[in-house]
Amino acid sequence: MASDTSKRSSYFLITPMAAIFAVFLVIPLLTIVVVSFWDYDEYRILPDFILENYSYLLGSSVTWSIYLNTLKYAALTWVFTLLIGFTVAYFLAFHVRSLTWQIVLFMLCTIPFWTSNIIRMISWIPFLGRNGLLNSALINMGIVDQPLEFLLFSDFAVVLADVHLYTLFMVVPIFNSMMRIDRSLIEAARDAGASGFETLKSVIVPLSKPGIAIGSIFVITVVMGDFITVRLMSGGQSASVGLQISNEIGLLQYPAAAASAVVLLITVLLIVTGLLRLVDIRKEL
Amino acid sequence: MAMSRKTRERRPTSFYFLAAFFTLFVLFLYGPMLTIFILSFQGVNGGLTFPMNGFSFHWFGNLFERQAVGDFGGSFLRSLKLGLIVMVVTVVVSFMAGLAFRRRFKGDSIVFYLAIASLIVPSILISLGIGLLFNIIEWQPQWFTSALGAHLTWTFPFGLLIMFAVFNRFDPSYEEAARDLGASNWQTIQYVVLPMVGPSLIGVAMFSFTLSYDEFARTLMTAGALNTLPLEIYGMTTNVTTPVLYALGTVTTGFSFLVIALALGSVAILRMRKGQKA
Repeated sequence: MASDTSKRSSYFLITPMAAIFAVFLVIPLLTIVVVSFWDYDEYRILPDFILENYSYLLGSSVTWSIYLNTLKYAALTWVFTLLIGFTVAYFLAFHVRSLTWQIVLFMLCTIPFWTSNIIRMISWIPFLGRNGLLNSALINMGIVDQPLEFLLFSDFAVVLADVHLYTLFMVVPIFNSMMRIDRSLIEAARDAGASGFETLKSVIVPLSKPGIAIGSIFVITVVMGDFITVRLMSGGQSASVGLQISNEIGLLQYPAAAASAVVLLITVLLIVTGLLRLVDIRKEL
Repeated sequence: MAMSRKTRERRPTSFYFLAAFFTLFVLFLYGPMLTIFILSFQGVNGGLTFPMNGFSFHWFGNLFERQAVGDFGGSFLRSLKLGLIVMVVTVVVSFMAGLAFRRRFKGDSIVFYLAIASLIVPSILISLGIGLLFNIIEWQPQWFTSALGAHLTWTFPFGLLIMFAVFNRFDPSYEEAARDLGASNWQTIQYVVLPMVGPSLIGVAMFSFTLSYDEFARTLMTAGALNTLPLEIYGMTTNVTTPVLYALGTVTTGFSFLVIALALGSVAILRMRKGQKA
């Protein structure tokens, strides 16, 4: 159908985006792959073809424990953002009855996102710290005798901050999927005698799957590559793959960082490929 | 909405549980931000945590003294300029790409998957890759070259996905009508397509500005010698032990509010103009 001119105009229109992706995404990723085989000393990186970066990385038990730790953060954050995100989206989609209220409540949820992520993380410190609001409140109410230490600079704090930062990214796609569910299906389920819970289980959850998959992809990939949250919220007591890479960058050990980066990329791609089996993203827009 | 027919229906008990849950969620989102906001007015002798030791604007003043916290003003201006450039480029390029994707063309799925890849590749990898690339070809990373490119890889996917959502719901018969009336391609875009997708483009603009303005990981190895604001803030979290950090939080949040207000205001004005014309 499309004539030659319209084809040519399509190419003209897509060129700027394709060019930026080529220069700032494809070539840099290829550079990482190439450099991951290079050698280095204290001052520079040396073109070479060695496998030491990988053998050192994969042979070290530290790497495996860091991966385990990162997967733990990703899994915990995923579970909590999914549970909270699904519930919030369900409330907004099925219990809030006017579009205006849906928009107002959505705006209410997005306002905190206009603050820098780093500021939003450190804002937990006066809340969770040893002399923080929560501990003072708990002591004043007589629930605990002394400040709870696990609240800040701990795994708890990392997951809490991740959930705080990323739940909305779960809410939005799930809400989007839910809004497309034909309301007559739900009435049909009810007419057929399904309880509220049965309707939820056999109609709403299956039909919200695309949204759940998109939200999950986003949350899991962000947490897998994160290093700032882990550094700030664990107080340097815990590590993640991203943090390891950023430390290696700090030490100018670029080939080592590149090898870590390649392994991380493969891990993330494997997870995403698994999730993509559940959803055709282009259909969902 | 179809739901409004049922407004007379009594709300089920689950509504109240879910409403309570939603309220808790909102409190969870806002709680820490309010703590920061209150603590930024900490008295001169106050510390990083409660209790408040008096009330003052001292830390806001402190923020603008260069030696106290590094180069806040300079990094703020840099982030602002970078955000604006990213915004303009993202709007124009995403709109063009959105138009291109309305037809199938060879390689369209490649660009689409590149956009998805750009979204899921961890930010630090983009940073590392561009940093290494510039290192190897011996170019000096600068906020307006390498960091700009790094930010665009983050904003383009969002811009493109929003454009997909817009054009999937766009009725081509308006354009056909314009063409039947003798409008050129460019006139059709200018007088028919642009006014209709305008509000969404403002959405893309708003989104890409805030994404760039807040971006940390992608800027880490690409900003060069001069810091952007998130890098400056990050540096402060390790060096600064006074409430000036909170003052910075309050000021930057206030600024984000201003940007959003401007954006929403311009959408409202666009809508009003459209209403007048009709």
